[in-house]
Amino acid sequence: MYSFDYHCPVDLAAARSLYAEAEDPMYLSGGMTLIPSMKQRLAAPSDLIDLSGLQELQGIELIDSQGRTGIRVGALSRHNEVAGNALVLSQLPVLAQVASSIGDNQVRNRGTLGGSVANSDPAADLPAALLGLQAVINTQDRQIPADEFFHDLFETALAADDVLVSVDFAVPLRATYQKFRNPASGYAVVGVLVAEYASGCRVGVTGAGPCAFRACALEDALNHSFVPEVLNDVEVPDAGFNSDLHASSEYRAHLVKVLAKRAVNELNQQR
Amino acid sequence: MNVSLRVNGESYTLDVAPNTLLVSVLREHLGLTGTHVGCDTSQCGACTIHVDGRAVKSCAILAVQVQDAEVLTIEGLGSVDELHPMQQAFRDCHGLQCGFCTPGMIMQAVDLVSQAETFDADAIRQGMEGNLCRCTGYQNIVAAVTEGAAALKAKSGET
Ligand SMILES: Cc1cc2nc3c(=O)[nH]c(=O)nc-3n(C[C@H](O)[C@H](O)[C@H](O)COP(=O)(O)OP(=O)(O)OC[C@H]3O[C@@H](n4cnc5c(N)ncnc54)[C@H](O)[C@@H]3O)c2cc1C
Ligand code: FES
Ligand code: FES
Repeated sequence: MYSFDYHCPVDLAAARSLYAEAEDPMYLSGGMTLIPSMKQRLAAPSDLIDLSGLQELQGIELIDSQGRTGIRVGALSRHNEVAGNALVLSQLPVLAQVASSIGDNQVRNRGTLGGSVANSDPAADLPAALLGLQAVINTQDRQIPADEFFHDLFETALAADDVLVSVDFAVPLRATYQKFRNPASGYAVVGVLVAEYASGCRVGVTGAGPCAFRACALEDALNHSFVPEVLNDVEVPDAGFNSDLHASSEYRAHLVKVLAKRAVNELNQQR
Repeated sequence: MNVSLRVNGESYTLDVAPNTLLVSVLREHLGLTGTHVGCDTSQCGACTIHVDGRAVKSCAILAVQVQDAEVLTIEGLGSVDELHPMQQAFRDCHGLQCGFCTPGMIMQAVDLVSQAETFDADAIRQGMEGNLCRCTGYQNIVAAVTEGAAALKAKSGET
């Protein structure tokens, strides 16, 4: 690892001004992605600005967003904290399901929701949840709907100096996450989150493309009839999908449909 | 940079460069070589220790990130004369061969069994998935964690 300067600011304003003053800085949360990348010299910041002391990024609470129940999760919430949080388990159990499917116990004890969302790894689990659960991403001064957040491979709507402060999730009627897990890394080969709201259903997909996306064709079909069979005739084109030694793009496209059907089936059994 | 932390109950203040990994502080600065480095890429779990009571991979943490933390390594878990119940279970069940993965396995197993009342073999395999072993084929590790969990439960029932 190259050498760098380390800072541990106590509030958001201090973190932002440290960022503005440094030459080539990066924010640090759990470090589960950034530190291995720095060891491999894929990242070489001049300054690391550790966000872990920022109160503004902590906590999990119930919120009211335009008359609807929501859950606000602070960016620093570690995956195991989300998975075991009483409020999440009672109001938004699907988020606990997603968080507990991440990596292994040691990674879940360190890695944070904010770090995972800001990083936007194509195989990360949480992005599918943000898209499926009508999330809004809060930064120091902006509110970005999940639909406008994920742009491309490791690219999001965040500017380099933006701090992801929290994420607001809308509580659905029902939702579940289906993950086809890479047995070696734990990451999603493909992951599909299906959520039902009074206004219609949402399908968030991760692992398949360069970044997470909504499968609108599947949503339309399911809004017509919420049964797995309705997806049989829907096309999931594999153009632009990831293709690597783990799975071809064609196979990933197939998985999107299979996992969506499993999710719908599971939700219908809960009825 | 100065870092103050507690390791196995002892307080230390160390002057370290920001790019020093926590595992290097343990092994090289404090001579606690029970914590191993297997992969150095956060995959194998050999470097697992506890920070503030939870299992983490010390090869993916900077020493400066654990300012004021309480660190527990395998050396602080039990002693040669009085093994921790999980260490005893690994010994009794032959849960190791070369022993390279064992300190990490044990530290993770102790965290795992503190999270739930009971475990079946499947839950143990899943719970231990951040720890790799090149020797045992895992059967005896699962047996050891099962027995260690039971021993810890019996012990906590006593007190
Ligand atoms: C062995 C292993 C297995 C894993 N398996 C999975 C898996 O199955 N599924 C999965 O989804 N993930 C997996 N991960 C990744 C894990 O979820 C990471 O925790 C996560 O991707 C990054 O979170 P972090 O807090 O560690 O972020 P860091 O590593 O600290 O930061 C990651 C990036 O985000 C930026 N950043 C961090 N916080 C903020 C913020 N608040 N505002 C703005 N930018 C910020 C950093 O600058 C950096 O670029 C795995 C990791 C490992 C090591
Ligand atoms: S040495 Fe840390 S996970 Fe392998
Ligand atoms: S006993 Fe040799 S690596 Fe596990």
